[in-house]
Amino acid sequence: MKKNKPRHLELTLPDEEAPRFIGQKSRRSFLVAGLGAAGAIGAYEWITHAAEDREVPWPQRRVLDFNGRLSEKYLSNRHLMPTYPPDKVGGVKVNGNFGMERPLLPENWRLQVTVPNRAPTSLSLTDLKQLPKTEITTRLSCIEGWSGIAHWGGARFSDFTKKFFGPGHPVPAYVYMATPDGEYYVGLDMKSALHPQTLLAYEQNSKPLEERRGAPLRLAIPVKYGIKNIKRIGLIQYTDKRPADYWADEGYDWFAGL
Amino acid sequence: MQVVRQKHLIATRWFHWINFPLIFVMIWSGMLIYWAFPTYSLGPIHFFPQWIYELFNIPQRLAEGMALHFFFMWLFVINGVLYVGYSVVSGEWRYLVPRSLSAFRDAWFVVLHDLRLKKGLPRQEKYNAAQQIAYTAIVVMGAGSVLTGLAIYKPAQLSWLTALLGGYESARMLHFTLTVLYVAFFALHVLQVIAAGWNNFRSMISGWEIVHEEEQTPAS
Repeated sequence: MKKNKPRHLELTLPDEEAPRFIGQKSRRSFLVAGLGAAGAIGAYEWITHAAEDREVPWPQRRVLDFNGRLSEKYLSNRHLMPTYPPDKVGGVKVNGNFGMERPLLPENWRLQVTVPNRAPTSLSLTDLKQLPKTEITTRLSCIEGWSGIAHWGGARFSDFTKKFFGPGHPVPAYVYMATPDGEYYVGLDMKSALHPQTLLAYEQNSKPLEERRGAPLRLAIPVKYGIKNIKRIGLIQYTDKRPADYWADEGYDWFAGL
Repeated sequence: MQVVRQKHLIATRWFHWINFPLIFVMIWSGMLIYWAFPTYSLGPIHFFPQWIYELFNIPQRLAEGMALHFFFMWLFVINGVLYVGYSVVSGEWRYLVPRSLSAFRDAWFVVLHDLRLKKGLPRQEKYNAAQQIAYTAIVVMGAGSVLTGLAIYKPAQLSWLTALLGGYESARMLHFTLTVLYVAFFALHVLQVIAAGWNNFRSMISGWEIVHEEEQTPAS
């Protein structure tokens, strides 16, 4: 680091020489500036109009995925989202009912679980309630920018996963969850799914989930935007391949993590 | 005889002109994002009135805005970090950063002078005191935008930063306020550049200016 102000060049030129000197410098610089501006416009056109990968020009999709991998790498179970006293609940809007257009038939509901190279399992809500119940008051943040607070009750997804992957059984890198009709679906990286604040929730604000809130079972994953907090889960699929995601297919970031 | 002087080094000019479209894209994509939850207003005046959204075809482009914002943020940060690093290593920052509190008094005189309320300017080097304060502030604001942006982008990984900025909502408000200040800076900056004239503007492109005799200073 220089201790003094750097000295800038200064030339004393004959009166007729100075404009010529400045003119020459200007012509060159304005030419470079023009080329630079044209290059920048070209680059912007390419970045915004390149072939689309799920509704996003591929250079931007690449960067979104890179950002997601970076976010996942730096997420740890010690990174907890803020929790609140249970009396602070409120502000959670019902913002979508994709995959829930048909009325719920609770007696028909089963949770299908698939693990690579194993026969599928089918669980009832009673089966799920055998897992330790965790209650937590967290913020549900919509990707639009608003947020609300809810008190969730349910099973930690990490406790659920332990039932399928004992010690020595590596857990696949991703999990896919879908509504019973398959109309709404989310893909999750395993680190976010196994985060200690991620619940398979069957209660909201100490009452069984309402139908429009995702009964009988929904995901409460405060490290992800609301779009990943899938309601009325019918299928949980562990997978080694990055699964599809409803809103990622519509042009949003696949990772969609806070 | 006439004196010509290299006013802005080539690095400074590149950083400046690269930053200009980047910040423009960041503000534009930020507006696409803000539309999805437009909560801020100044008393009865909303950011932004409906006709602005319609004029610029902003509605329903949240996904596009986020993809752009989180693409160009890298270039904005890289350019900013390189600029600050360069200023420190080259010593150029010594022209820019006000060195004493008297800069605020001098800046006030500059404002009065520019408003035609006072004749004569305080002694200055490359930048006058008002420029020093404004240009230093804009760099600090840039850093502020990055920090408040990170706090709302990654409040899980960077929960300490979000907490430091008063929480998610507060960080979002600060991020937005800084953007409003950029736009105010931009408006004033463009007016001042127009008022300063061609010799000054040209020096931001070519680097060189003609030094008129009355403003020849021994230093720089």
